Amino acid sequence: MGLVDIAFKFGLILIIFLISLVVAMYSTYAERKIAAFFQDRIGPNRAGPFGLLQPLADGAKMFLKEEIIPTNATPFLFIVGPSLAILTACIGSAVIPWGQQITIGGHIVDLQVTDINVGVLYIFGVVSLGVYGVMIGGWASNNKYSLLGAIRAASQNISYEISMGLSIIALLMLTGTLSLREIAEQQHGWNWNILRQPLGFLIFIVCAFAETNRTPFDLPECETELVGGYHTEYSSMKLGFYLFAEYINMFISSAVMATLYWGGYNYPGMDWMLAHTGPTIAPIIGVVVLFAKTFLFIFFFMWVRWTIPRFRYDQLMDLGWKILIPLAIANIVLTGIVSATLTHFGY
Amino acid sequence: MESLSNKRKVLEVKPLNFLERAYLPAIAGGLITTMKHFFRKPVTISYPEEKREFSENFRGMHSLKRDEDGKERCTACGLCALSCPAEAITMTAAERQKGEEHLYREEKYAAVYEINMLRCIFCGLCEEACPKEAIYLDGDIVPADYLRKDFIYGKDKLVEAPLNQ
Repeated sequence: MGLVDIAFKFGLILIIFLISLVVAMYSTYAERKIAAFFQDRIGPNRAGPFGLLQPLADGAKMFLKEEIIPTNATPFLFIVGPSLAILTACIGSAVIPWGQQITIGGHIVDLQVTDINVGVLYIFGVVSLGVYGVMIGGWASNNKYSLLGAIRAASQNISYEISMGLSIIALLMLTGTLSLREIAEQQHGWNWNILRQPLGFLIFIVCAFAETNRTPFDLPECETELVGGYHTEYSSMKLGFYLFAEYINMFISSAVMATLYWGGYNYPGMDWMLAHTGPTIAPIIGVVVLFAKTFLFIFFFMWVRWTIPRFRYDQLMDLGWKILIPLAIANIVLTGIVSATLTHFGY
Repeated sequence: MESLSNKRKVLEVKPLNFLERAYLPAIAGGLITTMKHFFRKPVTISYPEEKREFSENFRGMHSLKRDEDGKERCTACGLCALSCPAEAITMTAAERQKGEEHLYREEKYAAVYEINMLRCIFCGLCEEACPKEAIYLDGDIVPADYLRKDFIYGKDKLVEAPLNQ
């Protein structure tokens, strides 16, 4: 690996980091604007044209607010909580292939920070680490509501990770690899995994809602009963980090869903595009396509949030353990039978 | 017992069928409903820039009227203060001096006329009680302020602007 490649890699890491932060920032704006449209309102429109500077104003407010650490809280863990939450949210993007190999001035660059052969497992590891931030923060606050929120977050994430993993297994039986790059390459053109794994995708997206603590599974926050759940005691930028982490998680899980099931950077007619626009422009169009898919998923997250009320806790557990897990196992069996039959008859 | 109105309806709670228990059709229905609202025109009125039209009988801030020659109509009879259920109105009467005929219509006028806007309930009884058609609640919404004392409106805020200005 030459010096130029390392420089490109660093640039890529920086760009992806900045993009996830900016996307998270403007997700807060989009959330408020979309919520307004769904409720026949206008939404934030005072800061800048169409309220576009609202996230900056919010950020400035977050930084300038008083930093409060409650007397009975554990100060070290109280700070570790939000730091861990935002850290785990940011490192998830490392294995996502943002585009095909791109040629810039004779250099061939991978539009992926690292292509590890257990990419899917890495994502799962990072996601399950994310709940530690919530748990530590809720525990360190020394507050009943925070603790309840943290417990809920922990048990919810554990329950839904199982069915998420099971839904992925069915997909991996078809792809035969854990590397996200190879999974993306296999979906060349129209050959998207959603066509072969619709049930698996349904289970996956429900679990993604639960893993990112979004409505209808936002029980860890739950303003109406838990006063804000695990971040009840948080203020200023530490609260900002928690909220930010949620939006980054949403962005990353949208990108993962787009990559695993909706073809990633692939789109119909990409070969024609590659032949006509050259190896520099075509991958960039692929990146745009991936981002479009990701933003559609983010929009879907928000659409669902402003449509469906929150689940009750026992309903959440029923759905996780009694419906999604059996369904995911049935999906594995079904996938196995169908693919074995197809191979037997020589497809 | 026999119901008197015959409107009573006995509701039967049926167990949910499979589709209803599967959440998804209901969720899809909900998503369609919200999407319809997404493209609807917002009902918001951006307040300081746009204002909702008041109804014809809206009662806002009081104004003390002048007659066609620009003289103050109020004669400080005190009927408005007497009729006020919230006791928001106070006034001090004074006699019109020579040379002030162009200012006040009657021989007696209100030297001080104060309405406490925090007490006022905008019922309009002062308007009805006034024999001289001197007070009307035809103004705008009373604006917000910081101090209680600033809500006691004197003649400077209540009297209509002179005609020739």
